[in-house]
Amino acid sequence: MRRLTPYLLALPSWMWLAIFLVVPMVAMASVSLQTGNAIDGFAMTFSFSNYGDALSRYSPQLLRSLLYGGLATVAMLIIGYPVAYWIAFRGGHRKSVYLFLLLLPFFVSFVLRTISWNFLLSDNGILFGTLKGWGLLPADFHVLATTFAVVGGLTYNFLPFMILPIYVALERVDPRVVEAAQDLYATRTAAFRRVVLPLSLPGVFAGVLMTFVPATADPINAQILGGTANTMIGNIIQTEYLTNLDYPTASALSFTLMAVLLVGIFIYARALGTENVLEAAAR
Amino acid sequence: MSGTSAIELVDVVKEYLAHGEVVRAVKGVTLDIAEGEFFSLLGPSGCGKTTTMRMIAGFEAPSKGLVKLLGQDVTNVPPNRRDVNMVFQSYALFPHMSVWDNVAFGLKQRKTPQEEIRRRVGEMLEIVDLTGREKRRPREMSGGQQQRVALARALVNRPRALLLDEPLGALDLKLRQAMQIELKRIQREVGITFVYVTHDQNEALTMSDRIAVMNDGLVEQLAGPREIYERPATAFVAGFIGTSNLLAGSAASGVLKVGGGRVLVPGHDGDVSVTVRPEKITICTDEPGAGLSAVRGSVTEVVYLGTYNSYTVSLTDGVEITVFQQNVHDAAATAERGDSVWLSWQAQHSYVIGS
Repeated sequence: MRRLTPYLLALPSWMWLAIFLVVPMVAMASVSLQTGNAIDGFAMTFSFSNYGDALSRYSPQLLRSLLYGGLATVAMLIIGYPVAYWIAFRGGHRKSVYLFLLLLPFFVSFVLRTISWNFLLSDNGILFGTLKGWGLLPADFHVLATTFAVVGGLTYNFLPFMILPIYVALERVDPRVVEAAQDLYATRTAAFRRVVLPLSLPGVFAGVLMTFVPATADPINAQILGGTANTMIGNIIQTEYLTNLDYPTASALSFTLMAVLLVGIFIYARALGTENVLEAAAR
Repeated sequence: MSGTSAIELVDVVKEYLAHGEVVRAVKGVTLDIAEGEFFSLLGPSGCGKTTTMRMIAGFEAPSKGLVKLLGQDVTNVPPNRRDVNMVFQSYALFPHMSVWDNVAFGLKQRKTPQEEIRRRVGEMLEIVDLTGREKRRPREMSGGQQQRVALARALVNRPRALLLDEPLGALDLKLRQAMQIELKRIQREVGITFVYVTHDQNEALTMSDRIAVMNDGLVEQLAGPREIYERPATAFVAGFIGTSNLLAGSAASGVLKVGGGRVLVPGHDGDVSVTVRPEKITICTDEPGAGLSAVRGSVTEVVYLGTYNSYTVSLTDGVEITVFQQNVHDAAATAERGDSVWLSWQAQHSYVIGS
């Protein structure tokens, strides 16, 4: 009995994984290979051509999603790293206040925040309308329904998920290690490059993972800020499921997206050095 | 000790703001550390010794005063351009680098040729007895090994001075004693000035050429180990270094009447404080001769400590005196608890403390 205790304690989490991850995945995999329609019902026909069809129809949106997700991730890294660095090394005793401010937007719903960006950025809204009224912007100037608006929205919405893991990694860097580098003739830049940056890479890895994946799959930003020309794969999957009721195509697209992201992550992990990733996991 | 000074501090003050109040960590320290010297900064935590060292390294800028290295004013020179290296408390090794890369770090930063780096790092690892462990990561090593990596990482650069901030604090007693001897050997071998910060008086006494005893941001006494031990300049030094007995009172014509007897303080009159080391005192049952300081009391405690016994004697006026007696012949105690005894010592072992 005593030997079984650890397994019994782990049982609820295994059950959770089984019910909410494995079962839906298997169900979705099965649906993705079915044919039929919503009225007559779907039947399993092992129709692997679903994947080919879906991909040939929606590959532009899939590629656009990867591009937008990638651009937003790069933007988040550029904005987020300095913020995390500043809080970790210059935050002093107000660190927790800054972290709280960072999380404050989460007290408002994700959709609502994105809609307020729509409101702020609308062509004749509070910001651009005023500036246009003063003649500071040309009348046809617009931000909504552009790539910039969607990538900007993604960047804004997922930024905290980039900052927090980087912050945690930087927070663990012993300031004396940085001093040791400076003592050993490293300039501030060299100390950062040779010591702080490598030690924070596990946090960067986690941050990229936690932002690139959801940003690529996100339908909300493209829907609210993107107009018709910036549709992402998340929007397509949503439409196929909820409007067209074409469950096999939606499932096939979901699996394709997942496969692409997983392959991407493995390539990324390999490029960054598996050792770093394993170290991040070990900490 | 040679004549040239490696490090000079001229009336250095360090103040900083903490919770809106100005804290004076160092209140005016002047030191002149000679080249090749093993110099210790000794004091309790919070006495300003670490801050003083950090100002020598360049991590803190003094609020007032000058820091000079080999005669050159480096007060405003950043740490990466000072020719001193530091061994940090708990080592601060680079956790993501191998032992080899840790030790080679300074040389690489100085753009030393590859071939020379290889040779010098190899030699250094040999000196600290870590050959064959080049590829290990710091966390895969014991405390003593990490300590030696830290030492090698600093020494390989052949700095003009090596600063050591309580480097043995994290090691157990046996290893600490071994490392003390090792450090002294390495210092003799490389001939570099060592500045050693510690709160451990034994460490300071064992290794140092000179010791600056610090308290509350000031140097209380600066002298060799023997002088510090035998002739403490202040009550603080007497109390901090080893065990010490303090007798105070008013002296008349060179004699201080205390503890039912007399303490000879030739040439002193008025209020005086006198320290006597426990091992200088002899216990006897008969009244000692007139040429000796002598007080009387009763034994309240006897502790057997192997090489010696420690006695606590309560004098007739209530002052407690500690006495160490070597177990030269056998372990039998000279006196038992409750015995009424005389304590005596030679006049030269009474040390009158200034102020």
